[in-house]
Amino acid sequence: MYPAPVTEKPLGTRTAYRLAIYTAMVFWMAPLIAIMFTAVRSQSDLLSGNYWGMPSRFALLDNFREAFAISPMWTFFVNSLTVVGVTVILVLILSTMAAVALAKYRLPGSTLLFAMFIGGNFIPYQILMIPVRNMVLDVGLYDTVWGLILFHTAFQTGFATLFLRNFIITLPNELFEAARIEGASEFQILRKVIVPLIRPALAGLAVLIFTFVWNDYFWALVLVQSDSAKPLTLGIAGLKGEWLTAWNLISAAALFAALPPVCLFFLMQKHFVAGLTAGAVKG
Amino acid sequence: MIQKGGAFIASPFPNRCRMFRFWQSNQAWLTPVVLLLLPVGLFLLMIVIPIVQSIWTSFYEWDGTGEATWIGLGNYAELIGDPQFFVSLKNNIIWILMFLLAPVFGLALALFLNQPLRELRFIKAVFFLPLVLAPVIIGVVFTWFYDPTFGIVAIVSRALGLQPIAILSNETFVTFGIIAAALWAQIAFCLVLFLAGLSQLDAELIAAGRIDGASGWKLLRHIVLPQLRSVTFVATIITVIGSLRNFDLISVMTQGGPYGSSTVLAYQMYEATIFSYRAGYGAAIATVLFLIMSIWIAAFLWHTLRREERMG
Repeated sequence: MYPAPVTEKPLGTRTAYRLAIYTAMVFWMAPLIAIMFTAVRSQSDLLSGNYWGMPSRFALLDNFREAFAISPMWTFFVNSLTVVGVTVILVLILSTMAAVALAKYRLPGSTLLFAMFIGGNFIPYQILMIPVRNMVLDVGLYDTVWGLILFHTAFQTGFATLFLRNFIITLPNELFEAARIEGASEFQILRKVIVPLIRPALAGLAVLIFTFVWNDYFWALVLVQSDSAKPLTLGIAGLKGEWLTAWNLISAAALFAALPPVCLFFLMQKHFVAGLTAGAVKG
Repeated sequence: MIQKGGAFIASPFPNRCRMFRFWQSNQAWLTPVVLLLLPVGLFLLMIVIPIVQSIWTSFYEWDGTGEATWIGLGNYAELIGDPQFFVSLKNNIIWILMFLLAPVFGLALALFLNQPLRELRFIKAVFFLPLVLAPVIIGVVFTWFYDPTFGIVAIVSRALGLQPIAILSNETFVTFGIIAAALWAQIAFCLVLFLAGLSQLDAELIAAGRIDGASGWKLLRHIVLPQLRSVTFVATIITVIGSLRNFDLISVMTQGGPYGSSTVLAYQMYEATIFSYRAGYGAAIATVLFLIMSIWIAAFLWHTLRREERMG
């Protein structure tokens, strides 16, 4: 283990180390602490310039209520949930199909497809913006959540395929051979053998895609215009533009938007980290 | 009538039967083709073809909706004479250089946090948190941080007896202010990678190094870092790509201002296309950005595919 474990060091060193990590943590979290500090403050505190002292009363719930009253937060929230939910399901289905094909069958050009999926992951969104926007306009999905779902599904399928393919390729081939000898068809193998085995990977993938799509801002900006189709990220940005000095409301709304991915992250931390590092570390 | 149909009873759908037999004898290669059809088709339609279309569009003068006129390299010629383009390019370079701090800090933090204490599980999770926050939210929080009257930065600088600077409306500091916000999440990303890398170090090599009297810096330099080469490479490349892709923070924090001093190519492209109705010009900016990023994407692909080959 590197560095040498502090558990083998004298008590003084251990205590100093603990002190150091807790201090570092507080500094690291300063932006989040600031936003929580502000979100619990009442308008009168802000008006009297009491930004960082003790709040005169705990106004978090009032601020939530107010933020929901001055903007269609609830609609934004439902839109975000719809886009993320449908996208995650579609991506899991499509990428499982593609990943199995790339991992367990010999096909000419499969390396090229694999490279396409990896490369597509990293391209700048701007090179897609004009054609994708026009395409979504042409099929009549502009300014609907479905336009967003269409794009996100296509884009995330690249990453997801690469992720699942690396997982599926580690499954032993004997498993498939045995199932074939038993007379299972190729699609039965996919459904009855592969999918149950990759369930943990699918869980990790779902968390990652949830986070990516939930946090998207660019495509919402490009493909959506009216409040009825906006996701939360766009709603928060709008709130910041309109209610320039109501930092308590903006903070409360931002906190609300951050909550779902943060909760999911704490629940599924192991999957999340494993997903993020997949492929980047080994070798 | 029934008799007439007698032949059909044995094989009610001769066509289907033939298809089924064809499927049965060919499913080994047909299966992957069928499986790939939908995902690859969608990916080609929404990602690959639009890239080609964008590059094609960059040779036209076009407002995005009306008639497009072929002007060859006209948009690119205009770019070379556009001072805003060079502001963006300069800022992109600043972004890349500053972002390279992320792997450095990420590694330092990883070494700091790589200890077998129980509470570290939670503390690491806290350090990972910026990763799951939307850039929009990070942008809002840092704007509040930088508020010249009530923000923390202003309060701290006043406490130190300094005149607080309005970071986001100062042409010199604005880009650095935005980068600082972006670095927060990028360092967290590098931290995740390096912690994973550290957890896979070869324990025997390190023990051997310790027996040979190496410790601290020497051990890091000669035994630990060589084992982290692949992680470092990946972290660096993804960091550079991330720095070039940044759009959200600029859009939320400054919209490229003041006076266009904080734009980057990604933002300038959006502005030219959506606000100035110059899709052709926007496409040219996007193409330049795409070409710059292709170099890094190619490096990443080369690394990944070579590793694939090695592993068989």
